[in-house]
Amino acid sequence: MNMWIDSVLVFLVLTNFLLLGSRRLAARIRLSAAQGVLLGVLTILVHADNIGLRTLLLAIGTMTVKAGIFPWLVRRALRETDVRRSVEPFLSYTLSVLTGTLLLGLSIWMSSRLPLPGSQAGSLVVPVAFFSIFAGLLLVVSRKTALMQVLGYLVLENGIYTFGIALAYEQQLLVELGVLLDLLVAVFVMGIIIFHISREFDHIEVDRLSTLTDYHP
Amino acid sequence: MNIAGLVHVVGALIFAPFLLGLINRTKAIFAGRTGPPLFQAYFDLLKLLRKGAVYSRTTTWVFRAGPVVSLAAIVTSLFLVPFGAQPAPLEFEGDLILFAGLLALARFFTVIAALDTGSSFEGMGASREVQFSALAEPPLLLGLATLAPLTGSLSLSGMLAGISGGTWLRAGPALALACAALLVVFLTENARIPVDDPNTHLELTMIHEVMVLDHGGPDLAFIFYGAALKLWVLGAVLIGILAPPQTGLFWDATLRLSGMAALAVLTGIIESTTARLRLVHVPQFLAGAGVLSVLALLLVLR
Repeated sequence: MNMWIDSVLVFLVLTNFLLLGSRRLAARIRLSAAQGVLLGVLTILVHADNIGLRTLLLAIGTMTVKAGIFPWLVRRALRETDVRRSVEPFLSYTLSVLTGTLLLGLSIWMSSRLPLPGSQAGSLVVPVAFFSIFAGLLLVVSRKTALMQVLGYLVLENGIYTFGIALAYEQQLLVELGVLLDLLVAVFVMGIIIFHISREFDHIEVDRLSTLTDYHP
Repeated sequence: MNIAGLVHVVGALIFAPFLLGLINRTKAIFAGRTGPPLFQAYFDLLKLLRKGAVYSRTTTWVFRAGPVVSLAAIVTSLFLVPFGAQPAPLEFEGDLILFAGLLALARFFTVIAALDTGSSFEGMGASREVQFSALAEPPLLLGLATLAPLTGSLSLSGMLAGISGGTWLRAGPALALACAALLVVFLTENARIPVDDPNTHLELTMIHEVMVLDHGGPDLAFIFYGAALKLWVLGAVLIGILAPPQTGLFWDATLRLSGMAALAVLTGIIESTTARLRLVHVPQFLAGAGVLSVLALLLVLR
């Protein structure tokens, strides 16, 4: 059983690396959808010994929202803004992947320093959760287009969700439903923002928004 | 000296060119061609060995030494690779460093022989070869290092004999990641698609092939034979991890040989179904392999 959990977590790490290194918009959206499916499977696997309606609902809800609705919303935003080209990021793709390796080492070191009570899943869950959070943050910081920042935000939230699986077992449903709802609103709002940025400026590069400021040295 | 391990060395020396035939046959089937005979590599080697060598006046002894030293280094590395549970003829703690070093030595002499000709095309190929193999070395060493904590051994023979079905159950994800990294190294080091195309005839896009353009006759035969042996050596390590031994000598041998054949067919399939990467994207591909091996090592050391 533990091996299956580990395999899903390793796949999660690999999708994070692919997201850091991928050059194509469509592939990135597919990858974030794949993460949603993996998280759903992970939910079921972690609670496999006492699987109940609650767990099943949570898994199915996660998969529908993260692998169905979010990609659909992002694709729609993409279609309406008519963005095809991906912009070269601040941090090159190879460097992003290498930074990701450092972050992975950091997350494993951090989780070894962080004894968590009542964690019933394998000890790999916490490092992977940290790594997803870091990878999400890296995506938000190092990419230029608003779309990639939405995806980075989703990866970040996937990390928090993984963390929730490991820790908040009892209140998990409550916490997760709240988070999912927040996220849905956030992606919705960000989709609208992307649309407006693109309509006003003919692109979705957030970098160039800095020219809006009054301060011109 | 282990006598049973010598059987593998002799077997590899005999069967290695056959793998090239298998790869080419697989590619031919995918392309709908009949393809060359399975033993074409042997015919080519015999043909080349019967010819005389021509040396340009601008070359020095380095050019003549290149193929010989490369082949010798690869044959020596073959002595370090175990076959199933049988330890290799040469084994000591830390011999994986020597293994990587011998492959690097072979490459170094191919490269300086190419530079010795003074041809700009060969210089270009040499530059690429060195760049890519420098990036392919970390995944090779880290991938092999992943096996060390799992098996408690630091020699190739000990590591490959220590892997069993139980190891796969215990650390399956880490082993699978290490194997994926080693497969990328296998494809890169043997100048296969997606890194290099062994069939290309445009000097501008060649990597490995362009370095051997000025060699002829027996020298070229040595280079071809060395390439076939390198395919076998790296393949044998990969198969050693994928198909754990312990079923008895005969079955081990059958398993290994069919494993090597399957690896050759897999290489043919990869070559037929994937496109070659743009040269600027190759470093990223190799960095990806490096990440896989780091991840595998971290999973094991955790």
